[in-house]
Amino acid sequence: MDSNSLISKTATELSGELESGNCKAVEIAQAYLEQIDRVDGKVHAFLHRDDDDFLAQAKDSDERREKGETLGPLDGIPVCLKDVISVEGQPLTAASKILQDYVSPYDATVTRKLKAAGAVIGGRLNLDEFAMGSSTENSAYGPTRNPWDLERVPGGSSGGSSAAVAAREAPLTLGSDTGGSIRQPASLCGVVGMKPTYGMVSRYGLAAFASSLDQIGPFSQTVEDTALLLETISGHDPLDSTSYPTEVPSYSEFLKQKHEPCTLGLPKEFFGEGMDDEVRTAVEKAIEFYKGKGYEIVDLSLPTTDLSIPVYYVIATAEASSNLARYDGIRYTSRSERAENAVDVYAKSRGEGFGEEVKRRCILGAYGLSSGYYDAYYLRAQKTRTLIRQDFERAFEKVDAILTPTSPTPAFKFGAKSEDPISMYLSDVYTISTNLAGLPGLSVPCGFTESGLPIGLQLIGKAFDEGTLLSIAHDFDRELQFGRQAPNLED
Amino acid sequence: MSVKYETVMGLEVHVQLDTNSKMFTRVGTGFGKPPNTLTDPVVLGLPGALPVMNREAIEKSIKVGLLLGCKIAEVCKWDRKNYFYPDMPKNYQISQFDQPICEGGEVEIELPGETPTVMGEHRKVMLTRIHLEEDVGKLTHYERDSLVDYNRAGSPLLEIVSEPDLFTPDEVFAYLTSLRNSLVSAGISPCDMEKGQLRCDANVSIRPVGTTTLGTKVELKNLNTISGVKQGVEYEIRRQTKALENGEEIFQETRRWNPEEKRTTSMRSKEMAHDYRYFPDPDLMPVKIDPEWVKRIAKEIPEKPFDKQRRYMAEMNLPYTATAALCGDRPLCEYFEKTADLTKDSVKAANWVVNDLLRELSQAGKDSDNESEISVENCPLAPESLAELINLIEENVVSNNVAKELFPEMFATGKSAAELVNEKGLEMKSDGDEIESLCVKAIEDDPDAAEKYKGGKEGAINALKGSVMKATRGQANPQVVDETLRRLLSS
Repeated sequence: MDSNSLISKTATELSGELESGNCKAVEIAQAYLEQIDRVDGKVHAFLHRDDDDFLAQAKDSDERREKGETLGPLDGIPVCLKDVISVEGQPLTAASKILQDYVSPYDATVTRKLKAAGAVIGGRLNLDEFAMGSSTENSAYGPTRNPWDLERVPGGSSGGSSAAVAAREAPLTLGSDTGGSIRQPASLCGVVGMKPTYGMVSRYGLAAFASSLDQIGPFSQTVEDTALLLETISGHDPLDSTSYPTEVPSYSEFLKQKHEPCTLGLPKEFFGEGMDDEVRTAVEKAIEFYKGKGYEIVDLSLPTTDLSIPVYYVIATAEASSNLARYDGIRYTSRSERAENAVDVYAKSRGEGFGEEVKRRCILGAYGLSSGYYDAYYLRAQKTRTLIRQDFERAFEKVDAILTPTSPTPAFKFGAKSEDPISMYLSDVYTISTNLAGLPGLSVPCGFTESGLPIGLQLIGKAFDEGTLLSIAHDFDRELQFGRQAPNLED
Repeated sequence: MSVKYETVMGLEVHVQLDTNSKMFTRVGTGFGKPPNTLTDPVVLGLPGALPVMNREAIEKSIKVGLLLGCKIAEVCKWDRKNYFYPDMPKNYQISQFDQPICEGGEVEIELPGETPTVMGEHRKVMLTRIHLEEDVGKLTHYERDSLVDYNRAGSPLLEIVSEPDLFTPDEVFAYLTSLRNSLVSAGISPCDMEKGQLRCDANVSIRPVGTTTLGTKVELKNLNTISGVKQGVEYEIRRQTKALENGEEIFQETRRWNPEEKRTTSMRSKEMAHDYRYFPDPDLMPVKIDPEWVKRIAKEIPEKPFDKQRRYMAEMNLPYTATAALCGDRPLCEYFEKTADLTKDSVKAANWVVNDLLRELSQAGKDSDNESEISVENCPLAPESLAELINLIEENVVSNNVAKELFPEMFATGKSAAELVNEKGLEMKSDGDEIESLCVKAIEDDPDAAEKYKGGKEGAINALKGSVMKATRGQANPQVVDETLRRLLSS
């Protein structure tokens, strides 16, 4: 099978090819390495590759298959990880200079689960430094480019993960989502991206940005593939106290069953001003599609929506200021060569090692926790967060899922927002409240602008009801398959 | 007219809990291991590592709360205390800020009696709270560098905070002694101050007698032994009194006790105090404590040392000095009780344990490579053996003198008293004929003594007894000797 045909396949299709003996895991791995060689100079999704290790894992998979010891549908399928998820023996930079020499001595729980499923773990994917940003422009190692238009951002912070799937450099990737960092780049790159319910996927081994908001989640071409990857990485983990003890059903099997159309809610606050016309048109088309399928569409209100960005930036930065304190130049992080005493080691190592946005958020967060300000900022934000969660609870009494655009605009040009943090923060306006409420959210490609930029549709589901959410998204994706379209990256 | 001052003090005592693993991770705890061997990603604060609570530490904390009569919280939670210091890899300490595991409680103390053989006055010192946290690593400073050992970092540490309810250095000493005895007795911690298992900070203030508001508080650190604590607060009281008498002001500050120079020096002023930016740790869930669990733990609470002491005095008629030597040491008490159970005379058993057993244990400790490691728990001599020896005296098989000589050998060899007596032919000689002939010989050898006795000088008989005992190497039954001599001399 030629390599172009291999890399255009979904993970589920590749799994079928391996199963029926039409190709080897090593051939798949080689096909992806060739594609990375071909296009990553333009896209820059990868921060680090270990091709020998990648091929060795693929070879192991083939040997297992020969012996009839295949570990499951992901055995032999490449999966690449955002550079905040630990893989033993691999670097983890979080796209920061301060971690430029750090090699993780242990596997994250998701990594361990992927290895146990036989997945072939590939290179490290670019991001905004410490997952702080919406464009991947904040990477200390240079931005990732949107495969659909190299002049534009891929979104962020998991821009490397979304671009890699869009550019067919990997069939599956993992990212992390704190305020939209999976869904927004999925939308901007025209792939499926999902943030599971908080507590569904272990955070053990994920370099924390904001502990109460972070979740790891999958990227893929199709909802079907997302289901496959999600069921592999989900489940209770005794190493993560915030991981929820719940049974994980086989989502792939669940999608094969017949599902009755259900009720979708449209929050009016998400359809107001600030939305690009082409985005609006594409989303309205999707709504029409669902109506045609027999879904009931109802209008609803989430009145606290306009509070989510201020609440998010108080809570996320407060947690980040504490979570990032460990990057101090003492042990495994880079120490400033100009440091002459203990205080210098901290101040100069962090001053030199962190980028602007990370410093901005650490300072903002420390301020919100300071004595005299705690009640006015952090405590108040937590109380408001409860109101936001209650808004969603009330909405879910009436509907099975909430439908919105993922991002107000398609991919924007480099530099368009990087000088204005507030306008950058607003690009997550539709995704942030999902994290604050701890709910699962998914972005599925729902069309293209006239200029050929992808548009994403967001579906928000009930807590720990990923199955319903996936089945609703699958109803759309199975027929329209916008994520199967690939950008043209030829010269 | 000179003003008189009185002292008001409160103590913050840190106790390392004796648990198998650290507070928030599986790695073991211990003292004296090679540096940085008791570490893992959690202890080292590596990117992605997450804390998971240690149930045993919670259980031990509840036990301490019950032991000291505290109110056990229904729900306690974890907070992050943020500050930069190289002994703490995350640069925040997980602690309990506003919802500690225990509140209130008291420590019964005994003040020095008029003489060491007289029981002193007892009173109760009130506690404010007890909270659980993780310990930090150990820094060793050299001329140009500092080295850090993280073996201790992350060990469960209990902070016991007293009310400002201590008024003299003697009370401080008594408080620490009583607290340590209780905690050691209940198996909470070995409380060895040299190993840092018990550490103490003291808040010292003075005020004119007759006033009720507290004076300016000075916190004393580096009080590394119980007598160091006493000396430190004694110095600090003198310093503050002198300052006030000279019309100087007391500043709120933290001072360090220097045990070599026997004085305190300023470490930092109130203005330099940290803003710890406490906030609830988003990586951990609040702990709900089941009242049934507390009830189960309550059943395991051992008798408190002072209660035991009162019981020994009331029910067994032990002298105060013996109870004072016994009751701080629960294994010793168990040893004593076992011995006493097997003999008829508890007081004798107590005396043997307190005098002879403790002497041998202390000698064995000094002789061993690892000083002070010999405790009654690994004593080579079983309580059954000691009881057998005491019973042999009671039954007139051996004399008290012979028994005293035998004891060190029994301790050293582990042989039973009967065994040694047999081996050495040390049974007491009560055979009338043999003793009579020896008595006759004694009178013949010392006619002066015989005459003096006959002349009414009662004490002169002792010289005759002595020579009979000497002739039998102490084995003659003193009673038989006495009777025989009197009979012979009266005829």
